[in-house]
Amino acid sequence: MAEYETVVGLEVHCELSTRTKLFCGCANAFGAEPNTNVCPVCLGLPGSLPVLNEQAVELAMRIGEALHCEIRPSIFHRKNYFYPDMPKDYQISQYDEPINVDGLLELPDGSRVGIVRAHMEEDTGKTTHVGGGGRIHEAGHSLVDYNRAGVPLVEIVSAPDITSAAQARAYVAELRAILVATGASDGRMEEGSLRVDANVSIRRAGSDELGTRCEVKNLNSLRSLGRAIEHEADRQASLVDSGERVTQETRHWDENASRTHSLRSKEEAYDYRYFPEPDLVPLVPDEALRQRASSALGLMPAARRARLQAALGGAEHARALMDQIGTVIELSLDDLVLAASAGGADPKHALNRAANELASQGERARALDPVSFASLLALESSGTLSATQVKAVLPELVEHGGDPAEVARRHGFEQLGTEELESAIDGVISASPTEWERYVSGDARIAGFLAGQVMKATRGRANGKVVAEALAARRAGVSAR
Amino acid sequence: MSLLDGGVAELAAAVRSRQVSAAEVLEEALARIEEAETELHCFNTVMLEAARAQAEAVDGAIAAGRDPGQLAGVPVALKDNMCTRGTPTTCSSKILQNWVPPYDGTVVRRLAEAGAVAVGKTNLDEFAMGSSTENSAFGPTRNPWDLGRVPGGSSGGSAAAVAAGLVPLSFGSDTGGSIRQPASFCGVVGVKPTYGLVSRYGLVAFASSLDQIGSFGATVADAALALEVAAGHDPLDSTSLDLPAPRLVEALGEGVEGLRVGVVDDFLAEVAPSCSLAAVAAAEALAAAGASCENVSIPEMLLGLPAYYIIAPAEASSNLARYDGVRYGLRVDGPDVETMNARTRAAGFGAEVRRRIMIGTYALSAGYYDAYYGQAQRARTILIRAFDAAYERFDVLVAPSTPSSAFAFGAKTEDPIEMYMSDLCTIPSNLSGHPAVSVPFALDSDGLPVGVQVLAPALGEPVMLRVAAALEAVAPPGVRGPVRPAASSSAVATGGGGGGRAGEGGGEVAGG
Amino acid sequence: MERISIDEARHVARLARLDLADGELDKLTGELSDLLEHVEAIRRLDTAEVPPTAHPLPLSNVFRPDEVRPSLERAEVLAAAPATEADRFLVPRILGEAP
Ligand SMILES: [Mg+2]
Ligand SMILES: [Zn+2]
Repeated sequence: MAEYETVVGLEVHCELSTRTKLFCGCANAFGAEPNTNVCPVCLGLPGSLPVLNEQAVELAMRIGEALHCEIRPSIFHRKNYFYPDMPKDYQISQYDEPINVDGLLELPDGSRVGIVRAHMEEDTGKTTHVGGGGRIHEAGHSLVDYNRAGVPLVEIVSAPDITSAAQARAYVAELRAILVATGASDGRMEEGSLRVDANVSIRRAGSDELGTRCEVKNLNSLRSLGRAIEHEADRQASLVDSGERVTQETRHWDENASRTHSLRSKEEAYDYRYFPEPDLVPLVPDEALRQRASSALGLMPAARRARLQAALGGAEHARALMDQIGTVIELSLDDLVLAASAGGADPKHALNRAANELASQGERARALDPVSFASLLALESSGTLSATQVKAVLPELVEHGGDPAEVARRHGFEQLGTEELESAIDGVISASPTEWERYVSGDARIAGFLAGQVMKATRGRANGKVVAEALAARRAGVSAR
Repeated sequence: MSLLDGGVAELAAAVRSRQVSAAEVLEEALARIEEAETELHCFNTVMLEAARAQAEAVDGAIAAGRDPGQLAGVPVALKDNMCTRGTPTTCSSKILQNWVPPYDGTVVRRLAEAGAVAVGKTNLDEFAMGSSTENSAFGPTRNPWDLGRVPGGSSGGSAAAVAAGLVPLSFGSDTGGSIRQPASFCGVVGVKPTYGLVSRYGLVAFASSLDQIGSFGATVADAALALEVAAGHDPLDSTSLDLPAPRLVEALGEGVEGLRVGVVDDFLAEVAPSCSLAAVAAAEALAAAGASCENVSIPEMLLGLPAYYIIAPAEASSNLARYDGVRYGLRVDGPDVETMNARTRAAGFGAEVRRRIMIGTYALSAGYYDAYYGQAQRARTILIRAFDAAYERFDVLVAPSTPSSAFAFGAKTEDPIEMYMSDLCTIPSNLSGHPAVSVPFALDSDGLPVGVQVLAPALGEPVMLRVAAALEAVAPPGVRGPVRPAASSSAVATGGGGGGRAGEGGGEVAGG
Repeated sequence: MERISIDEARHVARLARLDLADGELDKLTGELSDLLEHVEAIRRLDTAEVPPTAHPLPLSNVFRPDEVRPSLERAEVLAAAPATEADRFLVPRILGEAP
């Protein structure tokens, strides 16, 4: 078996987070009742005309800026082909003069992927296949909902610079973070806000030539993206190894069967008959548009990673924390971590709590007041509240806000009095005399058991660190006697 | 003489001052339509209920002391490719036979807001593709001057309705001459405005970069007033010019003293003598009225026709893709969606529409785009540059409207290219986006009207219409409507300059 | 001089989704060829220095504010459809996925 390299280029369709569609005033909303967000324009009724959504232009330009693209004057073309989910039987899309070209995306590991273009176009409607288990080929008939027709998209086309499934995943994850950071997208792959097609080819290791590529569709998650690329590369390798050719075609990833299969039931050369859309006028990004787009641009994930790393004491220190950093940035909790750190919290402590406990609260965690986050962390590190107690208090703080000490009190999380703690320890010593003896005679492995018993006796109200200290002090007293 | 046969402004004034009610005016128009329709077939739909409701609303507004607007109570006819909420809009095509738009086009809305009463949807060549209205799926419209002849097209129903005095105003669309050519054939005034002056929102697209809505009237003043109401910026049309609506009527009487008029030479040899003679006579008349006239050769004008017959079908092939049997209109079933689409489109579109879809699809297809569509777009640039050069020397240009007067039914249906030639003189203004108007200016040896075109640079409507008004003032008597078809002319009192023409030649089916 | 073959015409009809009978295809093949002859002057133009005009107006940057406008009533939308089911437009089976 020869040695092959995988070569991948990705096309990512990103739905823009506008209030309305690209060319009409219908709501751009996911999950509405079928065919309720439709009007003459997005239904392609005779006589209707498109008018470009200014906000969609701004978001497209933000994406261009964030991907270091050249942002250029552009025109819209019609891409002509018949398909029932497309109301006009042509798609309005930017063809040879897209708004963004020649960009770059740098991955967290330092590798770079070229961006060929990031152009604007309209989405299609949604088709449901009835009968045959919902699969297109076996279905008896199909039903179309045009709510999604006309939703603004930016299609981001990467150069074939990606060389592994893992890098493809990292690229989409980073791109997704960038799109969310620009405010252009909510990044929800599961709702179809982000849709990925992969162009996969292989070549002999070390060769510069590109092999024949196949476009793999239906990649609904990072997981299926990675698996599909691996399988497709393997499929192509075994074809070549057995002396066959790879045919250029579109293939469908079947997640359940873990394989790709060819899409075209009959060979048909598509001829899109592109021509300039006469119902729209050229789009010329002028200074005012550029100004608006760049001033609305937040910090990009790479810069935010760097900022967090600096707060954590530099890249060296942060290396072990990359996963937590990634989570915090993906959920946009990094501002909270930094603010809490600035408010006196230990950055590593803040990162940890944000990446774990806060992350489980989802998007609403962003609403947490950094001051109360910082004071909650202070209560924990001073031993006033236990880790368990902090985890119980956080959701309420996220939901309703307020003073953490106050919330803790309401939960009955008074700091355990010294007397109460000492009497709990007394109780444990008398209930487990053998274990206590082992502990006193220097068997450190039993300390965890004893502390656990104390925690249990105080129903989690004791702080682990304080308990450990109290146990140690008691042992010191015994030995001294 | 009925108020319907006088000026539109006077009619609206009479309604506003309650000299006559909108309802009375409407009923008279409806009676005329009823009487003439069997012979003429100007209308696909007469909007009885909607029109009566609108007339009542106008009268109600006036009674309540409100001003319904410049066109108060004026009955208007709309080409059946202009979307009207609740009233079928068919484009004279089987594929849209039963389609009822859920919205009003911008012009339709503006007219209603100005107090006009839309009385019906007029016949056209299917999807505005044609020059004779013979391509209607619902039968042709006859020319009221001679029932054996075509009214021109594609806005044949709108032109004939005004020519026959059924309505004082109508609207059409002009993609390659579809207002000016039927206006010339029917002896009425037809204006194609500057591209972008009138909103296309709600106009069913034929060729988007060429289509413009314009007006028909018995006089230049009527057509100009109609255009004033229809024009103006529309945020629903990206190609609508963001300018205040033009003032067109007030300057009509200012004459042509000192204007520089160029007579386009290049068409004169290409058209029937009656048509070239009319253009030459028009130039002489303008010179007599104080303009300076000079012949000018603009050979690039002759690029118009071939460029148009690439660009228009190409855009049409895309614009008409949406008629696929999925969302509205006709469906002919099939085992799968592709077959259903293809059967629906083959059955729903008439021969000329299918032909143009084929041409346009071919011209855009891989390997041919540059040779055809790309080249045609470059020819368009060449033509525009030639126009620009001419307008450095001239304020307006004068040219024939058509290569001939109205021809007989069937005369050109067998030879598509022969039919396409009908638009030779009108197409250049669509490619350049410039305004042009056809004014009735002569009668040919068959007693048929012959129009003359006045062309102007972009937004040159005020001077263009001034020149047209000057021509109208000196046109020989009897060149314009209203005329009545012979069979019914005796029963109806007619007025206006064309009264004497009524019946002559009517009823005889010539050629055919 | 460009003449169109019947196979080419058939391909174009397929692109245009027109189910044409063989007789009409034959006739159209001839008519299309005639028309191409007629527009030959355009093909022969020297346009090396001439940019294309896609649009008669020199407009740019026409925008709409991102404000929601009322959509149509679903009942009215669906009433126009040849076939519906479950508030959606019904189409016969689709042979291939979108390109
Ligand atoms: Mg795309
Ligand atoms: Zn819409």
